Amino acid sequence: MHKIKALNDFVIKFANINGTGSASANSMFAKAIFRMGIPVSPRNIFPSNIQGLPTWYEVRISEKGYLGRRGGIDVMVCMNPQSMAKDVAEVEAGGYFVYDSSKPLDIQYIRKDIHYIGIPFTQICLREYSDPRQRQLFKNIIYVGSLAALLDIEFKVLQDLVSEQFKGKEKLIAPNIHAMELGYRHAQENFECPLPVRLKRCDNVGNQILIDGNTAAGLGAIYGGATVAAWYPITPSTSVVDAFEKYTRRLRIDPGTGKKNYAIVQAEDELSAMGMVIGAMWNGARAFTATSGPGVSLMTEFLGLAYFAEIPVVLINVQRAGPSTGMPTRTQQADVLAAAYASHGDTKQVLLFPSNAKDCFDMTAQAFDLAERLQTPVILMTDLDLGMNDTLSPPFEWDDSRTYDRGKVLNAEQLDKIEKFGRYLDVDGDGICYRTYPGTHPSKGAFFTRGTSRDEYAVYTEDGAAYLRNVERLLKKWETAKDHVPAPELYAERNPGTADGVLFYGTSASSTLEALDILAGEGIELDAIRVRAFPFNQDVQKFIDAHQRVFVIEQNRDAQLRSLLLIENNADPQKLISLLHIDGTPIMARSIAAQLRKYFDSNVTPLRRSAKSAG
Amino acid sequence: MSYQRPTIHHPELPKNDLGYVSRDYEGAISTLCAGCGHDSISAAVIQACWEMSIEPHRVAKLSGIGCSSKTPTYFLGKSHGFNSVHGRMPSIATGANLANRDLIYIGVSGDGDTASIGMGQFAHVVRRSLNMLYMVENNGCYGLTKGQDSATADIGSKSKKGVENLYSPIDLVSIAIQLGATFVGRSFSGDKQQLIPLIKAAVSHHGFAFIDVISPCVTFNNNVGSTKSYDYVREHVEATGTVDFVPMRKEITTQYEAGKTQEVTLHDGSTIHLHKAETGHDIHDRQAALNAIEDQKRKGSYLTGLLYMDPNAADLHEMISTTNKPLSQLTEAELCPGSKALENINNSLR
Ligand SMILES: Cc1ncc(C[n+]2csc(CCOP(=O)(O)OP(=O)(O)O)c2C)c(N)n1
Ligand code: SF4
Repeated sequence: MHKIKALNDFVIKFANINGTGSASANSMFAKAIFRMGIPVSPRNIFPSNIQGLPTWYEVRISEKGYLGRRGGIDVMVCMNPQSMAKDVAEVEAGGYFVYDSSKPLDIQYIRKDIHYIGIPFTQICLREYSDPRQRQLFKNIIYVGSLAALLDIEFKVLQDLVSEQFKGKEKLIAPNIHAMELGYRHAQENFECPLPVRLKRCDNVGNQILIDGNTAAGLGAIYGGATVAAWYPITPSTSVVDAFEKYTRRLRIDPGTGKKNYAIVQAEDELSAMGMVIGAMWNGARAFTATSGPGVSLMTEFLGLAYFAEIPVVLINVQRAGPSTGMPTRTQQADVLAAAYASHGDTKQVLLFPSNAKDCFDMTAQAFDLAERLQTPVILMTDLDLGMNDTLSPPFEWDDSRTYDRGKVLNAEQLDKIEKFGRYLDVDGDGICYRTYPGTHPSKGAFFTRGTSRDEYAVYTEDGAAYLRNVERLLKKWETAKDHVPAPELYAERNPGTADGVLFYGTSASSTLEALDILAGEGIELDAIRVRAFPFNQDVQKFIDAHQRVFVIEQNRDAQLRSLLLIENNADPQKLISLLHIDGTPIMARSIAAQLRKYFDSNVTPLRRSAKSAG
Repeated sequence: MSYQRPTIHHPELPKNDLGYVSRDYEGAISTLCAGCGHDSISAAVIQACWEMSIEPHRVAKLSGIGCSSKTPTYFLGKSHGFNSVHGRMPSIATGANLANRDLIYIGVSGDGDTASIGMGQFAHVVRRSLNMLYMVENNGCYGLTKGQDSATADIGSKSKKGVENLYSPIDLVSIAIQLGATFVGRSFSGDKQQLIPLIKAAVSHHGFAFIDVISPCVTFNNNVGSTKSYDYVREHVEATGTVDFVPMRKEITTQYEAGKTQEVTLHDGSTIHLHKAETGHDIHDRQAALNAIEDQKRKGSYLTGLLYMDPNAADLHEMISTTNKPLSQLTEAELCPGSKALENINNSLR
């Protein structure tokens, strides 16, 4: 029978039961591979439920450094009888199925084209431990030990990780290492070790770090100078504020008084969280909130106020599958339109699209500068896949000579020099006006902030001409924003002059770039552009103009970014072809390649946008 | 449209400690209906701030949406103001206060703004003990949207359409006390003698101060059946294309002593009874305050005055232990941990 052979390049998946303590064992497994210098990208696939339901942990190992989801499973570690039928079916032909052989495997799970490795995990635990909780927890460590033998993970690396994990609880180190050894020995004594699918130390990780996008964003907020965080719990964004709290507690305590140089408030709901951010930013502090789709819906009334009254706001939207409560623990890029035009009336919001953890850090820090420079909300459009999974990332950097861009704010001395302050006067002709913080000057600079129409001096008016001047100035500011937001990343050097291009954004990046490499190997060359912000920079228009067809890759049903490109750019709808992925799992390189391939196999004019092309 | 007042004043006007005359505490000219109780409250705020010698620019005045929420435009013209969205002033005030604890925060809201759409935010700003004055200008109805019943309207009271209110009213002072407000008072817009000192005390209070001010609405306290009523007049002038009709009325004022009950006739001819808390009322006893409010309610009158106060309250900043320096004034050096710290963080993630 065919056996998959692979060195440092395969996908392994763990099928566990939610709440059994497998998470830390699994992440230890991934981290060990990372420490062996092999690029790794783990993903949690978990239900919206605290305990009992199936949960998976999928680890992509790729010496070349492809971090997107590949598709297909080479090794399945099945620790959950409940999901076994599905888990068996997912294994690639020639792949391996590691299972608990304490009880014989039911005949229905036997496939002829895969290899079975039965290890009696439960029996080993029953023999070794009397406490039921220990039996459960050590079972996880034992399978990590077995995999170390089967896949050739350096045992020393695992030992070090155990020691680090139980730092401060030293009593637990020896028992954990012992459990690991139990699994290691059993595998060695009973199976071909290592398997033809295996690992070997290499040097392809460089100085990269392993971190999830939400922690990266939380750190970005600290470096960006945020002092106020107001939020309401929602998956998958909660860990942004958790990380902010964890690191601010270390980094932002006033040395003299022991008091906090920050404030974190768990609001009563998202409406309130957004109100607090607006109030704080209005009053001169840097503030942010983090939420997901349902929260964004609640915040839209306030986002409209912030847009119209021109108050900076930083909102981190960790997208999940909608609509409504949707699939709370699955990923999508489906809030694009809702965020871009959040609120009623003619409203446009600045969006940033991070593709990796470093982007989350950099763009969050930058969001404060942008929001204050533009005096408008800036929304970081990350998602569950990026936010909640550890990902390999270049280390974060900070230039100590960098200073915050606080935008156009007049202080008391500057106000003294002005004859008459007008909050909404376009003094510089870029659509951005000067503001003042409350309490700045005894007689000058006070104004009224409101969501109703006003004139240049912030005086309420329903005069049509004044309203028109104001909203047209806001459009001018929107044009100005195009030069401030991050420019798209062009991959034109891939193959200059090709007729077709691929346009993608956010977390579709790694899978898309891998798919393009796959296709290049087959002689299909495509240009590519990664959009990093809305409003779109001129380069996006140029890219569309320069190609006959542009494939727009996104993880939503309605081709939302494509719609945005059509609304905001001058693009021929026939030209923009959607490749969509919408089942709540991260988009895969294989499926992108397969969908693209169809357009090159046949010369049929592709359907513009249909559910069929969604795959 | 708000009309700005000329800033020249009479040289003889009395000055406060800062050298300001009371007109320095005025705002734009009111566009509310003549005789609206809300204007009397604005006047009381002006008087109180002048008497206290508050620097106007050290005040941030915030509100939601409604006739009452428009009033910050009409007082303290040298202060920054913020009309937020309907019912959401408390969260804006919270954020603003978190950013700069050194300013004085005055929030104005209506009974619709607070007791309906904003009930959630109201409850939570009380719980958080935000250091501010929160004032509800309570007219039992929605003024700005033309007279619907609000959640503070009494059972049996009639809306402008003549429909009887079926629902039990929300009593904001009792709720504020129950939620942990550390300063709670009630007054009447026309009782300057009581209202001004109450506002002064509330502004000086450290922690959350709540004042419910009963404030009659000229336009929608109209007498059904009268030929001068709003409904009647509107029906009879519609042909001319008039969109709105607002009768000119005089503001209702009153003055009475502590321990006494006063009957006040509203614009529609109906009466309310105000009972001023006795000097013996123990304002530090939360339960006694709740009982006294309830007792008067049973007698069909509103208990007014300072009802409850805890002088030793901790405000939100103390509760969460933020630094004394306003967060908005922290320097980059205090905020950004720098590249060294980041390198350590990177190292911990390998
Ligand atoms: C979300 C939203 N819903 C409804 C309105 C319409 N609205 C404006 S003011 C108001 C009620 C105001 O009543 P109240 O707070 O009692 O103030 P008053 O005008 O009586 O002083 C309503 C419902 C709005 N502005 N926003
Ligand atoms: S409608 Fe009522 S509340 Fe509004 S301004 Fe007129 S009198 Fe005052």
